[in-house]
Amino acid sequence: FQSHEPEFDYLKSLEIEEKINKIRWLPQHNAAYFLLSTNDKTVKLWKVSERDKRPEGYNLKDEDGRLRDPSMITTLRVSTVACSPQAHSWALSPTDTARRGAAAAPYHINSISVNSDYETYMSADDLRINLWNFEITNQSFNIVDIKPANMEELTEVITAAEFHPHHCNAFVYSSSKGTIRLCDMRAAALCDRHAKFFEEPEDPSNRSFFSEIISSISDVKFSHSGRYILTRDYLTVKVWDLNMENRPMETYQVHDYLRSKLCSLYENDCIFDKFECVWNGSDSVIMTGSYNNFFRMFDRNTKRDVTLEASRENSKPRAVLKPRKVCVGGKRRKDEISVDSLDFSKKILHTAWHPTENIIAVAATNNLYIFQDKVN
Amino acid sequence: MFVRGLKRKCFDGEEDIEGTLAGIKAIPSYNLQRQSLLDMSLVKLQLCHMLVEPNLCRSVLIANTVRQIQEEMTQDGTWQMINTQSTGQTSLDRLVSTDILCRSSREQAEGKQVPGYGSFSKDFEDDQTQDSSETMSTSSSVQAPRNMQSNVWEMENPQESRGNFQKSLDQIFETLENKSPNSVEDLFSEVDNSYYDLDTMLTGMMSNTKMGHCDGLETFSSPTTATSNSNCKSDLNELDHIVEILVES
Repeated sequence: FQSHEPEFDYLKSLEIEEKINKIRWLPQHNAAYFLLSTNDKTVKLWKVSERDKRPEGYNLKDEDGRLRDPSMITTLRVSTVACSPQAHSWALSPTDTARRGAAAAPYHINSISVNSDYETYMSADDLRINLWNFEITNQSFNIVDIKPANMEELTEVITAAEFHPHHCNAFVYSSSKGTIRLCDMRAAALCDRHAKFFEEPEDPSNRSFFSEIISSISDVKFSHSGRYILTRDYLTVKVWDLNMENRPMETYQVHDYLRSKLCSLYENDCIFDKFECVWNGSDSVIMTGSYNNFFRMFDRNTKRDVTLEASRENSKPRAVLKPRKVCVGGKRRKDEISVDSLDFSKKILHTAWHPTENIIAVAATNNLYIFQDKVN
Repeated sequence: MFVRGLKRKCFDGEEDIEGTLAGIKAIPSYNLQRQSLLDMSLVKLQLCHMLVEPNLCRSVLIANTVRQIQEEMTQDGTWQMINTQSTGQTSLDRLVSTDILCRSSREQAEGKQVPGYGSFSKDFEDDQTQDSSETMSTSSSVQAPRNMQSNVWEMENPQESRGNFQKSLDQIFETLENKSPNSVEDLFSEVDNSYYDLDTMLTGMMSNTKMGHCDGLETFSSPTTATSNSNCKSDLNELDHIVEILVES
């Protein structure tokens, strides 16, 4: 279904893209599904309910009504099977900006996160994080504001935010300088002081003019257990232990062969691409996207990793995916791809993993791929 | 191409490297590379704030990169502070005014009544009395400036600051055009492959021993060529001038 329509911002004579940035599911409620979707400016709540059940052997929900896979494809699927969402939308649309005052966002929303209390959710933009109540549509609480008094002093922005999966008072947000802050809403109404501050010291041997840009965190995700944080910056994914603030527990190289190409990637703006990252249900595997329609999985226990490709040309439906390899120098083997042949316009920014099953969704430009474990 | 790391080439080392590879390709000096990176970043920032709603994160990151380069150039002594005024340290901060970044932050939109498009121009008039840098940004957005040429920047109420701003934009682009042909071509050539080649070469060089013993930020060797010096100087003079105007307005 169409979540957002393109809008026109009369204040700035600007078209607001209907492009959806994030989708988050809510727990199931009365045989209806609720989800939040956001574009740059507006967050909408959708209620997805079943109208007609078509006897096609296609079930909209699991037998015991478990929460569906929080991935975009599920939304699309639902719409094709006679389900019409009922939209209740509010907040942050430009024409309401004046009325909402400081809670409104002239900046782009980068994250939404549903709280574990299922009563509230947050929206984060470049400079602020606001707390919303599902029942109250016309106002929000500002819980983080990093806007300096003098905008000339701005050197850091918020890049992602998420609620703790179990503690409804705690959330994290990441910054463009590669830092993560854990905040406790019980401490103060405005969470300007963090409870914990996570930052890895810079590696002086790798320092370059691009160090800050590639340290900018594009996504932050709590593990299902709530004990770890997963972050994605341009070249790596890192697992942080909530109890250890001075460095990550684990670091995985996503595409380190790009390190020597940073200037070119700066020139063509690819260095600013924001990749997401995800945990699997048991927090043992992490996954993130890369270029050339590649995505990578890292097994935290076995320390093995794999590169796979989401492309129709290179794999047929129901066929087992073949691992890919990027050749970094020297002789290129038959199935390898050299770094210079990578297609940087084919980027996988959005991925999702089913909360309990080994089913993943991977978004590649205009296509959405669903993969699952081989079923024997 | 552009140096990946801040590992400064020792004076000797650089000559050696350039000597050995002279037959293959002429490698721009570190200063020239850094200068090109600075220019590229400034162009990006300019393009950024042509948009009505620039991506703030991207703008901040690019601006921080520019600041970093400028700081290094200052420490090098490459950056001759033409700000002979007593501004001293503060002018370094003013050099890249984040005002450039914040064209999208419509201060007037927050907490104020903005009834609608019809009365927007009236509010615009009201804003004249306020911080004129915001006014500039407002009017520039209303004009939806896509064209970099000066005529588009004509404002309804030509204040002196805007006139200067318009001139300084011209200066930026003149400066870029009048620079030494090498770097401009490097900047704007579409041959991405050449970048990759230089990338690879530089990476290969980096791992060679000659460079290895050069420390990172700690050793600052003086700039090698006079020509790159003067290039830097004139550009940075322009930049200072421009940014001063932006900040003061």
